[in-house]
Amino acid sequence: MKKFRIIDSTLRDGMHAVSHKFTPDDMAAIAAALDAAGLDTVEIGHGDGLGGSSYQYGFAAATDVEYLKAVKSVLTKTKLAVLLLPGIGTHKDLEKAAKFGANTVRIATHVTEADIAEQHVQIAKSLGMEAICFLMMAHMSPTAKVVEQARLFDGYGADVIYVTDSAGALLPHQVKERIAAVKEAVSVPVGFHAHNNLGLAVGNTLAAVAAGASSADGCLCGLGAAAGNAQTEILAAVFDRMGIRTGVDLYKVMDAAEDVVQPRMHRPQVVGKLGLTTGWAGVYGSFMLHATRAGNKYGIDPRDILVELGRLKTVGGQEDLIIDVASRFAREARTV
Amino acid sequence: MRKLKSAILGPGNIGMDLMYKIMSRGKNIELKLVSGIVAGSRGLALARENGFETSLDGVESILADPEIRLVFECTSAKAHLANAPRYREADKIAIDLTPAAVGPYVVPAVNLEQHVGGGNFNMVTCGGQATVPLVAAVNAVTPVEYAEIVATLASKSAGPGTRANIDEFTETTADAVVSVGGAKTGKAIIILNPAEPPLLMRNTVYCKVQNPDGHIARINAQVSLMVEKVRQYVPGYRLRLGPELDGDRVIMMVEVEGEGSYLPKYSGNLDIITATALATAEEVAARILHSCPKNRGER
Repeated sequence: MKKFRIIDSTLRDGMHAVSHKFTPDDMAAIAAALDAAGLDTVEIGHGDGLGGSSYQYGFAAATDVEYLKAVKSVLTKTKLAVLLLPGIGTHKDLEKAAKFGANTVRIATHVTEADIAEQHVQIAKSLGMEAICFLMMAHMSPTAKVVEQARLFDGYGADVIYVTDSAGALLPHQVKERIAAVKEAVSVPVGFHAHNNLGLAVGNTLAAVAAGASSADGCLCGLGAAAGNAQTEILAAVFDRMGIRTGVDLYKVMDAAEDVVQPRMHRPQVVGKLGLTTGWAGVYGSFMLHATRAGNKYGIDPRDILVELGRLKTVGGQEDLIIDVASRFAREARTV
Repeated sequence: MRKLKSAILGPGNIGMDLMYKIMSRGKNIELKLVSGIVAGSRGLALARENGFETSLDGVESILADPEIRLVFECTSAKAHLANAPRYREADKIAIDLTPAAVGPYVVPAVNLEQHVGGGNFNMVTCGGQATVPLVAAVNAVTPVEYAEIVATLASKSAGPGTRANIDEFTETTADAVVSVGGAKTGKAIIILNPAEPPLLMRNTVYCKVQNPDGHIARINAQVSLMVEKVRQYVPGYRLRLGPELDGDRVIMMVEVEGEGSYLPKYSGNLDIITATALATAEEVAARILHSCPKNRGER
């Protein structure tokens, strides 16, 4: 049986949980442990990808290049991936990442906006990189739309196409339906990226596997935006029980989580009330900590902010709207 | 009163929105010709219905008409790069609504005064027109060390040109935040949101300054003045939030509601570009029409 590919995103999605403050040394230590555990690919960088370091999303502890250099120097077999969100990062960031050793780029757009990434897929291919395309916030569109957009990515030359549950809002049957339909429609492997906001990250990943996904994302300790991602070490253990080969050494990946990542975490990665609200309201996972901060500043329950952001149909990257909503609520509270 | 005769090259969405704006409020500018290259285009039909000359010869018919003194380039960066030297040779002023940036970036509320005698004016980007004035207002009070802008557009209002080269938007806007806004460094982010009904164009500006608390009163005053200045030519431009302090940054948010001249009101991003193009052309034309022949020769 062909190996199932786990892409570990502790050092990218996990950055949201530490407000993008892992240092290059932290990244090198964690990447070395992942490499030793036999992970196929690690994704690194600011949580919002190349060029993500900003007021809008929070400043990272180091530059994209500093992270790439630190991680590249410790990897022996594991492939190095970066994330690019067109509109935030540009082709220049991608060229720099390729120069400093990134093998793979994950190019992510909102589930309805695949066409803004055509340029970047083509540039990635011309740089000799693997291009994995993400349809983010996949819960916001019906399956037919997800399929239409996946076909666009297929046409641009994507190597793998992901259905991405950025809000952790999908239920298992919805994952199954989307993955099966995309798998049927495209010529390349299909992957799934889960969030645990409704406590379904591992379960949804299994639903994706049952529907034909051959690649999935995980993070050590489940570290990630909002309530985090599927836990890499759990995926390794569960896949092993299912007889699915991942190439991951179970003891070593557990050690990496508990000995290397856990001491560097800012808070336990649990499904708290805000993570749960994020999934239930269907909002972008990285809004959670920004909403907490705005809630504290303006004296508003962050849950009310998250629910309003869901009602406004916000998409990934609209962190500025959090301040807008919080200050509006504060004004309204004063006038009544 | 005498008016300067102009032409629109490219009868697409932008070109048509501009046509209606010139019709409704051109003071120094009048439209003579709308030229395209696609037979049966809806834009050319509308132009004819409204009594303008039309042509299918693209740039050629504009160059061939000595009466036309000013051209609104509503095509593509590639086309404008090819056309710009020919306009110059034919002594025609170009208002460039493409990302070609042959001429200087012009943000009327900030720097039109210093470029008004020129022959080619670039309209930057929609995000640049919405945010650079705010950066410049803060910078007029205290130096802006870093400015970051986030433009959120309704998906429906982002055309195929923007989508095919979204980096052009971020790079050009960041460039103008620095070169026109005056920030030492700049960054731009663009987000497309497909929500229905479509949202209005919104822009957030973050400026990093030293001692923001000590400057906020004057920043407030400057920003209010600047918003009024922009509103003179973009009536749907509104400050939604701020200036507000948060740590070392000043935060401002503006939204742009389109006038609905031709495009729907949510297309504030397109509206701000056509409104800016017309405002620029009006200033340029005023200077030509009201200056003595000697000054004209110096242009």
